[in-house]
Parts: sequence; structure tokens; C-alpha cells
Amino acid sequence: MMKILVCISNVPDTTTKITFTDNNTQFNTNGVQFILNPYDEIALARAIELTDGGKGSVTVINVGEVNTEATIRKALAIGATDAVRINAKPHDAWHVAYQVAEYVKANPFDLILTGRESIDYNGSKVAGMLGELLDIPSVSIIKKLDAADTEATVEREIEGGKEVITIPFPFVAGCAEGVAEPKIPNMRGIMSARTKPLAVVEPVEVQTLSEIISYETPAPRGQVNLVSADDPAKLVELLHTQARVI
Amino acid sequence: MSVLIYAENAGGKFKKSTFEAVSYAKAIAAQNNTNLIAISIGNVAADELAALGKYGAEKVLNVSNDKLKNFVNQAYASVIAEAAKVNGADIVVLSNSFSGRGLAPRLGVKLQAGVADGAVALPEQNGSKFTVKKTAFSGKAFAVVELTSANKVIALTPNSYKVVEGGAAAQVEDFNVEAKASDFKEMIKDIVRSTDKVSLPDAEIVVSAGRGLKGPENWGMIEELADLLGAATACSKPVSDAGWRPHSEHVGQTGIAVSPNLYIAIGISGAIQHLAGVSSSKVIVVINKDAEAPFFKVADYGIVGDAFEVVPKLIAAIKEHKTLA
Repeated sequence: MMKILVCISNVPDTTTKITFTDNNTQFNTNGVQFILNPYDEIALARAIELTDGGKGSVTVINVGEVNTEATIRKALAIGATDAVRINAKPHDAWHVAYQVAEYVKANPFDLILTGRESIDYNGSKVAGMLGELLDIPSVSIIKKLDAADTEATVEREIEGGKEVITIPFPFVAGCAEGVAEPKIPNMRGIMSARTKPLAVVEPVEVQTLSEIISYETPAPRGQVNLVSADDPAKLVELLHTQARVI
Repeated sequence: MSVLIYAENAGGKFKKSTFEAVSYAKAIAAQNNTNLIAISIGNVAADELAALGKYGAEKVLNVSNDKLKNFVNQAYASVIAEAAKVNGADIVVLSNSFSGRGLAPRLGVKLQAGVADGAVALPEQNGSKFTVKKTAFSGKAFAVVELTSANKVIALTPNSYKVVEGGAAAQVEDFNVEAKASDFKEMIKDIVRSTDKVSLPDAEIVVSAGRGLKGPENWGMIEELADLLGAATACSKPVSDAGWRPHSEHVGQTGIAVSPNLYIAIGISGAIQHLAGVSSSKVIVVINKDAEAPFFKVADYGIVGDAFEVVPKLIAAIKEHKTLA
């Protein structure tokens, strides 16, 4: 029986226009719809595929306050077996990884999956930090994952190519597109999600190593300089002499 | 104290992103009146190692242990952390490459260091306050992160800091570490790296196309344009979802974020998720037949026209430009 843990994150919907309040020190969550991090959906889908037909179980874990439970229930509706919420506002990747590592030390898993990064703070750090805290291998960005009895074969993304690696269980991997297609919950899943176990665990103390002190939005661009469709040579000239990029 | 830079190689050669990271680390060392030590792991030629001095490394630690010839995340992290401890480095810099993203978090834990990943500018240091600007919300914003720990790890976004040359050859020393057996659980079976193509995260020019191209059979002109410009090819999400192009080319919020000097978007309307992934491009060119396409609002240059007519003309114009140059 394979036990898989999937770390999930509650993030702003991909269509969100990002704004800040309190003199650019706080993310403005007003009117923002929160979703299950898209990369975590990929990790979850693969975990469900690997354990399908009674071959194992999938636990999802989230570090978050009670308002993340809608996202956790979504993961249960998609097909996770049970869920754990560590009752704390996530401070940074280190804080999250430390909480999850403490849980895993007491409740071991064969495989731990995360998304390659969360689409809010884009750290891609939780997988590596968990690996280090648990002293097991970690692969940050994988595009393919196949499991055998005692080991898995993964494809790691590298610049301009890929590496094929075999790793014995247990290990941690950050999943990217290609690992699986996200699954849409069906009605039965949605109904059963309400009664699946969701354990709430109190957090442990963690030393603070970093702090976000402010945010900035990218500088707006000037008016677009339109060139006639009949004269792309003009565009080439502008890119060469004005923008100086070719 | 000192600054340690991990100089990453790809198949035994340093890449531009490594020179950027060395130049960046040198500037941090200068801010702190200290020296810069580089560490290289794998088989890199002696003259290439010494040439890191050109970008500011005073000393290069060379780890050429056969077991470490190829990237093993756990083992590489252990070696770099050991080098930081032995040399009293309290700031470790690396490139936020695919390997860098694997190493930075493990180094953070090993060194009890705050990690600023995806850094886009030099740190600001004010007394004991040490802050770094990094990308956030998939390119829709930046966050300024204070690293409150004594040790610090910074991973620099490729194409966000200019290569600075000027130093003399660096002194190269062998650095031997006893590698722990438990660090070598993973086994590399195969490495596939195309050497004739520019890799997307490192590319200075990116030619990207969307659904406006109508089908995968029409990518020939996109590839031709990219080849002419020495550019990497990319695509929008619907294109990779439809299987017209590989996922590794998908640029946007749930794909890859890029920051090239020039991003050319052809037949891409510019959904907010796509724009997030390209917003730190220096110059954006949009070619789209729909004048109302949202992409034009964030473009520097644009052509309203049919890609199938404009792109061949653009290719001809670039060929003409190249013969004149």
C-alpha cells in the first residue's frame, strides 16, 4: 500500500489582478477568489492515478487558517483520501516546510508531492526544504513520474532538455505540467468530500528567517508604437536603432 | 565573512546565466567590502575556471570528484554548504535555474538561512537590514523580502543582471569533500540536452506563438524567425494544452516566466495569465490581426495584421538587415 502526501496551497485565481494595500505592504485579498494552486492539482491528479484501484492512499496537507478549508474540500472532492490542515497562517516556504516536516516525522509517507511552485510567491522551495528537513532526496521540477515497487523514475526539467532519474522511496518531488492532467471532481466526489476526514493539527514554533516588507507592481509600459503590416522592415529598423535589441 | 557563488555548468561549460550570477555576487561582495569565492562542481576545464575571475571571482574552488560529475541535488547541496562553512561565507549566491531551484531550499535549511529566490536586483543593505527584491505573483508583482537570518541564500533570476567583466584570472584550488553515501540515492539514467537550440529561460530573444497560428504544421515560420534571431521558441497555454508544442515551451502564469530583452508574440491575444509570464521582458513586440487584442496594451511595438502575411515579410526584412549589418 503506497502512502502519498500531497502538499497543497491556497492561492489567488489565475485571472486575479494583483493589488496591494497599507502602503504596498499587504496583498489586497478584497474580492479575490482563492483556488487550489494549479501545479498542486497536477501533483494531486498523479497521486490519485498512482494509488487508483486500492493500491494506496492520498493525504493532502495544507498550512492555513480555517478559510482554506474550501480548497482542501476541493482536493478531497477530486479524490484525496483524507486531509490535514496545520492551523497557521503560512509565513514563508521555510515556515510551511517545517510544519509539514514535523507532521511527516510522526506520520511517514512513501512519496511526498508538491506543485513546482505556488503561483503567488513562486518560490519552488517547499519540496527542497522538506527533502532537507527529512534527509531524503528532492527533485524540484519534474515533468513525468512513474512508480515501481521500491523506486520511481522521474524526468527532471533542465535548460533545453531533461534528465531521467531513478529515486528510491521516500522522496519529495515538485510537479509541473506533463506529470498528469488535472482532474475535475464529479458529483460523487463532491458529495463524499463533505464526510472525508479533515484533521486539524496545531502548528509548532519556527524561527523566522525572512519577512516580506513591501510589494511593487511592474512599471507601466508606454503607448504601443504601431507599425504598418506592409512594412515589417520598419519594425526591424526600430528594434535595431531605437530599442537596440537586435 | 565572504560571499560564495555556485558557478553552475551545463555539460562542462559555464553559461551566460552563471556569468550574470558571478557578476551579481561580486557586486554584493563589494557592498560588504569582502571577497568573492566561486565553487564549481563537475568537469570544467582549468582555463574556464580561471576565467571566472573576469567576472569578479578571486578564488575558484574546483570539485572534480567523479561521483559529482553530474548533478545530484542532495550531494551538490552538501558540498556547497560545506564550502560556505569552511570559507566563512555568510551569503551564498546561485542562479535561479532549474538546478538552482533544487539547491537553494536545501542550502537554506543546511545553513539556517533565509532564501531569496528569483531575485531581480542587488540587495539593499541598511545597517543590519538586508532586503532583496524578487518576483512574486508569477510576474504580476515584485516582493521586497528582508532576510533576517545571519546566513543568506540568494537565487538570481536569469537575464535580470548584466554581466560585468574586468577582473583578472582567478586562482583555482581543488576542493575535496568526503561525499556522504546517503546523498547519492538518486541515479541519473539519461541526460537529453539539445545543444543547437537556445534554452527558453536563458534566451535573450524569445519568439512565441499562439492559437492564431491555427495548427502545429504552421510553426515552420516561427522556428525560422527564431533561428534568424538566435531566439528560443515559446507558446501560449492553449497551444501546449492542445499538444501542438511541448509543455516546456509554455510561457505564462502556470508555465515558465521569462525575462528576455525581446519578446515577440505572434497570434497570442494576451490573457492575463500569459502576460504575467512575460511582464519583465525588456521589449515586447505583438503581431496580431485583432487590433483589440489585450496584448497591444502592454506592447512596446505592434503590427496589426495576419501572421501568415506579416511573419514571412518580417523574416525577409531581418535577412535583409543581416546582410547590411
